[in-house]
Amino acid sequence: MSAPILEVENLTKHFPLHGGLLQREVGRVHAVDGVSFTLARGETLGLVGESGCGKSTTGKAILKLTDPTSGTIRLKGVDITHLSRAQMFPHRRVMQVIFQDPYASLNQRMRVKDIVAEPLGNYEPDSSRAERLEKIAALFDRVGLRRDALNRFPHEFSGGQRQRLGIARALAVNPEVIIADEPVSALDVSVQAQVVNLMMDLQAEFELSYLFIAHDLAVVQHISHRIGVMYLGRLVELAPKRELFRNPQHPYTEALLDSVPVPDPRRRRKRAVLRGDVPSPINPPKGCHFNTRCPLAFDRCFHEAPPLREVAPGHMAACHLR
Amino acid sequence: MTHTPVERPQDPTLTARMSEAAAGAWDALRRNPTMLFGLSVLVVMAVLAFGAPLFGLPEPMRQNPINRLQDPSAAHWFGTDMYGRDLLSRVLHGGQISLVVGLSVAALATSLGLAIGLVAGFSRRVDAVVMRFMDALMSIPSILLAIALVSLWGSSVTNVIIALTIPEVPRVVRLVRSVVLMLRDQTFVQAAIACGTSTPRILVRHIMPNTFPPLIVQATYICAQAVIFEAYLSFVGAGTPPEIPSWGNIMAEGRMFFFQNFGIIMYPGIFLAITVFAINTFGDGLRDSLDPRMKRRF
Repeated sequence: MSAPILEVENLTKHFPLHGGLLQREVGRVHAVDGVSFTLARGETLGLVGESGCGKSTTGKAILKLTDPTSGTIRLKGVDITHLSRAQMFPHRRVMQVIFQDPYASLNQRMRVKDIVAEPLGNYEPDSSRAERLEKIAALFDRVGLRRDALNRFPHEFSGGQRQRLGIARALAVNPEVIIADEPVSALDVSVQAQVVNLMMDLQAEFELSYLFIAHDLAVVQHISHRIGVMYLGRLVELAPKRELFRNPQHPYTEALLDSVPVPDPRRRRKRAVLRGDVPSPINPPKGCHFNTRCPLAFDRCFHEAPPLREVAPGHMAACHLR
Repeated sequence: MTHTPVERPQDPTLTARMSEAAAGAWDALRRNPTMLFGLSVLVVMAVLAFGAPLFGLPEPMRQNPINRLQDPSAAHWFGTDMYGRDLLSRVLHGGQISLVVGLSVAALATSLGLAIGLVAGFSRRVDAVVMRFMDALMSIPSILLAIALVSLWGSSVTNVIIALTIPEVPRVVRLVRSVVLMLRDQTFVQAAIACGTSTPRILVRHIMPNTFPPLIVQATYICAQAVIFEAYLSFVGAGTPPEIPSWGNIMAEGRMFFFQNFGIIMYPGIFLAITVFAINTFGDGLRDSLDPRMKRRF
């Protein structure tokens, strides 16, 4: 594989909490706490974790929809971490987004052809109306929407169709990277499969790279080449799909995999069931963030945060025991 | 110089969009009798006021001292004032001032407020400065501010309109700003940012249309308020110049003579009340039919 198309290094996003009489900073939500990974051309990296573990914030920070607190984001080798809105303009063409909620991500007052044409109008302002319309119609064909729906409004579509609209909008300017922030979580299971398969077909056709954020392991397993597991703002394990499922190294990953129901009532497994809740990201535990729930935690875990290191070729884990 | 007519390619959806909006508006009216009632009364008022010169009434300014302070009669339906001027004609003509002032103030205040509110809502730096200025403006009672402005600039209908607009702007700014703040973090705005849309374009394309429903409703209340305040200002002598018949002026002149002819105060008063009532009724109906919970598209 060639040089990675997207490199994220030590990405951190803290949200300050203001309180008291003078609105002083009284604390910080450690939403993302030093996340590093790379994304190769044509690769899908799945990012999984519980709600509130910072996976969506990671996606937003990479898209610069929220300013990262620290760290570096390199898109095709260019550092985009500190670019202003105007400076970001040429880079946004390379990196597009698909959002979770297909209802909220489309402006209800616009016709769908205008919604899908919006990025085209921004990046190809010289193209004629007819050219753009033809391009959008072709996109509609590609994502499986009918051409005669071009003049409709978003509320006339079903959830799955709306997500296809979101995909069409993302594809309109021929991006190379797509950040998909839980693109199928809001859809029915049958529709989920259609949308995921469409995304995989498109990836093969256009050599797209996906950062696929989700909480559903089954979906991630289907689409991803590599999977990263996040817990409380940190990446705890990052490995090729097969390797991760066959040989999980982090106790949290193990527990996560065990929580997936197996459709076989006779199969008895020893299950690592997690106790307790995720600690608050305002006051994350010292040392390893997982130490409050880890069945294997020992002294060192409470003082020292384990770094993400390579435990097997291509397999990274952040645990003192590996 | 001759112009060759240029064939402009018509946007085929534009006319369709307009007829769709018209159909939607008619539908909303039909479902909402309150709004229909308010609108009908307003239309009647407008026809009476602006059609007044066509009704063959005596000139509103024609004095006839012999016939002064007369009771209603076949010749003068509302009677005459202390200079023998026909009251019906004066009251109907006075409606022109009220309606023009009301509509102008509503249009000016909402468009100014919309522009300022959009920018304030989207830019934190502008917001801090602009909103403190608006707070200061709001802390002055609006009627006093208007009196001060008119006495500063002299009385004319234009100045009355400006003086009544200025105190209304901060209220509109607050409304627009609150809607913008709510919309700013919506996913479709984030999506627009992510696909490279510039900030001014986002404001105009994605944010502004969503501020219209509450804004239109607010505009009707501003209009009603302006009609009343115009009458106030004229009544205390700080409004429309006294030679122009306006409801406030007619009542101000009549207050010396109301023992002899109560109609001088009563008729403009009734017209004023009906107009304001109609505007408010229309506004209430509009608010109901634009309520997002009723899922009606306007």
